[in-house]
Amino acid sequence: MTFDEIRSRAISEWEALEHSDKPRIYIGTATCGRASGALTVLEAIKSELAKHSIEAIIIQVGCIGLCYAEPLVDIAKPNRPRISYSNVTPEIVPQLIEDYIVNDNPRPDLALGTIGDGSVDGIPKLFELPMLKPQVRIVLRNCGLIDPRNINHYIARGGYSGLVRALGMRPEEVIEEIKKSGLRGRGGAGFPTGQKWEFCRKSPGKVKYLICNADEGDPGAFMNRSLLEGDPHAVLEGMLIGAYAIGATEGYIYIRAEYPLAIERLKLALHQVEDYGLLGDNILGSNFSFGITIKQGAGAFVCGEETALMASIEGKRGMPRPRPPFPAQSGLWGKPTNINNVGTWGHVSAILQRGADWYAGYGSEKSKGTKVFALAGKVNRTGLIEVPMGISLQEIIYEVGGGIPDGKQFKAVQTGGPSGGFLPASLLNLPVDYEELTGAGSIMGSGGMIVMDEDNCMVETAKFFLSFTQAESCGKCVPCRLGTKQMLDILEDITKGEGKPEDIDLLEDLAKDVVAGSLCALGGTAPNPVLTAVRYFRDEYEEHIINKRCRALACLPLVSYYIDPDKCEGCLICARNCPEEAIAGGKRMVHVIDQSKCTKCGTCLDVCPARFGAVIKVSGEEFPVPNEPIPVKKARKE
Amino acid sequence: MVTLLSRRGTVQMEPDVKQQLDDILSQYGGESGDLIPILQEAQGRFGYLPRGVMQGIAKFLRLPESTVYGVSTFYAQFKLTPTGKRIVKVCRGTACHVRGGARILQELETQLGIKPGETTDDLEYSLEAIACFGSCALAPVVVIGDNVYGRMTAAKVRQLLADIK
Repeated sequence: MTFDEIRSRAISEWEALEHSDKPRIYIGTATCGRASGALTVLEAIKSELAKHSIEAIIIQVGCIGLCYAEPLVDIAKPNRPRISYSNVTPEIVPQLIEDYIVNDNPRPDLALGTIGDGSVDGIPKLFELPMLKPQVRIVLRNCGLIDPRNINHYIARGGYSGLVRALGMRPEEVIEEIKKSGLRGRGGAGFPTGQKWEFCRKSPGKVKYLICNADEGDPGAFMNRSLLEGDPHAVLEGMLIGAYAIGATEGYIYIRAEYPLAIERLKLALHQVEDYGLLGDNILGSNFSFGITIKQGAGAFVCGEETALMASIEGKRGMPRPRPPFPAQSGLWGKPTNINNVGTWGHVSAILQRGADWYAGYGSEKSKGTKVFALAGKVNRTGLIEVPMGISLQEIIYEVGGGIPDGKQFKAVQTGGPSGGFLPASLLNLPVDYEELTGAGSIMGSGGMIVMDEDNCMVETAKFFLSFTQAESCGKCVPCRLGTKQMLDILEDITKGEGKPEDIDLLEDLAKDVVAGSLCALGGTAPNPVLTAVRYFRDEYEEHIINKRCRALACLPLVSYYIDPDKCEGCLICARNCPEEAIAGGKRMVHVIDQSKCTKCGTCLDVCPARFGAVIKVSGEEFPVPNEPIPVKKARKE
Repeated sequence: MVTLLSRRGTVQMEPDVKQQLDDILSQYGGESGDLIPILQEAQGRFGYLPRGVMQGIAKFLRLPESTVYGVSTFYAQFKLTPTGKRIVKVCRGTACHVRGGARILQELETQLGIKPGETTDDLEYSLEAIACFGSCALAPVVVIGDNVYGRMTAAKVRQLLADIK
């Protein structure tokens, strides 16, 4: 079958679906959808359809990125736009089926927005909503819209036309096209992709390897998982184009074992491309041959580093080695190797499909195109977003993300995970761009973006990141292995109220040595969270050390719980629930916490009825309470 | 040298364990790059990596036992002791952390009486702290078996454990 035949078959299948005379129901069943209950909603839909004897087409799609609104169900009736319904539960399903499919009431009260041509009264267009309007979806072009298990959906929407175009060009021309697009590595460091490919292409050797890095180890990041679950072919097509340009014959996808659904979807996608002659020997009749093997990671953050990743594929402990030689000269099994991140491959397929000029039309001067972020933490609309480079942090957090929940104050946004830094409110206008973020002490990173509010402590959170990198340090080089440990010990002391005034300078000194002396990027970037936290939130560090106070009330050794004698009604609930039996008091007696027994677990605060609100949490101050329980009446009189 | 080897000793595998291991090994050519996939499959079959199984794998790949041990202890996925029937996993990713993940872990430690990486004496529960599940929008997250429990609180943890016990 020629590609034209494959494509026209795919297009007719897609159009038959789009113009079907049956209602279509799309449901997002990626990992986050499932975690929100999408599979039980799916069962409810099936049984409800059966009850009404309705014949409908059910399509399981990937994640459209509106994680806060999961589970999402879209219903499209013939010749009508698709309507997205958010936070669907099995209880809502019968209403949707009966009201909209049976009785033609689209239930605007339950709808989020419409997708596609045409409009429905009372329902806004989905992509005009504040969380989607600033977005430009290039990598995520198909996520949530197509069935990721159906290669024809991908092909009908322009898929694999980029590969066909590349095969019609000389490999050097493909590299030139990528250079012209301005694409930089989306794994975090931002090295120009075209240049990286050129090094590998020019490296002598018959056997060359190409690797897709899907070892998404940054805690708080799920861009790669969503793309692989929602549109695996976008990544495979990018890899095929790269392999052709570089002259690679074999490829590997190194993916975390923690992503079972993504692995399942990838395996299926690989079978499909083989069946279509898009993978294997003499692809589409050309003399380009390429094979792809999936390798599952076994849980080591350092394997995101390219030399460590290659060691892991070779069956060894994933420890990095010095560079040079660079992987482009001597990589996997000693052969020239090119590694790019999942996201980068997703951009490559789009660039070849639509052209470098189109792509370079998005973004800022030095950072072209778009970037996918996993927006999470203290933000109203958590989700997976794709925004043009150059957009400000403010727009991302307040427009796309809808601001901070519960009326709390924004404190910081963290980009780049354990390798990145905290950016304070004064930098909210900073454009998202490789150079700007690095200049501010953070990094672009692979795309984790965590928002923090006034309840998050900048000492404790920096300690959290450092404890992660310290535990994940492979131990090969001393600055990383011991430097991070020493820094962590200092942070431990500060969060316990045992910090010394000179600790802050010592932290900064140590950090500089760890950065300068570490073998790989893990150690080279591990101090970033601490350095930025000290740079922008020095007063919080000083407060912990000098005043023994944690203003966010997050560092437990510096926090105390008291029961307010003016509010306590002597109901016994806290005393009964306290796991340490540290609360004294009887019925209608003001309860008192024995501070020497209290482990600060917070149970009393959780269980004290909201109408009393008698348990208070303070830091750096004492709250006046009686020494022992006194009658509630007496407390009120005083 | 001979005496040293025999003193270290090779652990005899139960016949059915050996049979199952041979089934796994028969799918591989014996390249050193097969080590991690074989360990993953063996752990999938036995729940952990018994000493005899690791020795069998070393022999098959013609690798020193120390290499197999080194790889097994390097990666977080591999376990050298049996795990409980139910594995309770707590996400310790950033999104979960800023939304109170530490409190969730603390509550599970109190309720189960074990720390992350440990198993209860009756082999019912193992507790694990996981770097990130990538379900950050539902933070904080606890996973038991195949079920993901999102937006957890200490009270929900107590309820959840009461429900499954």
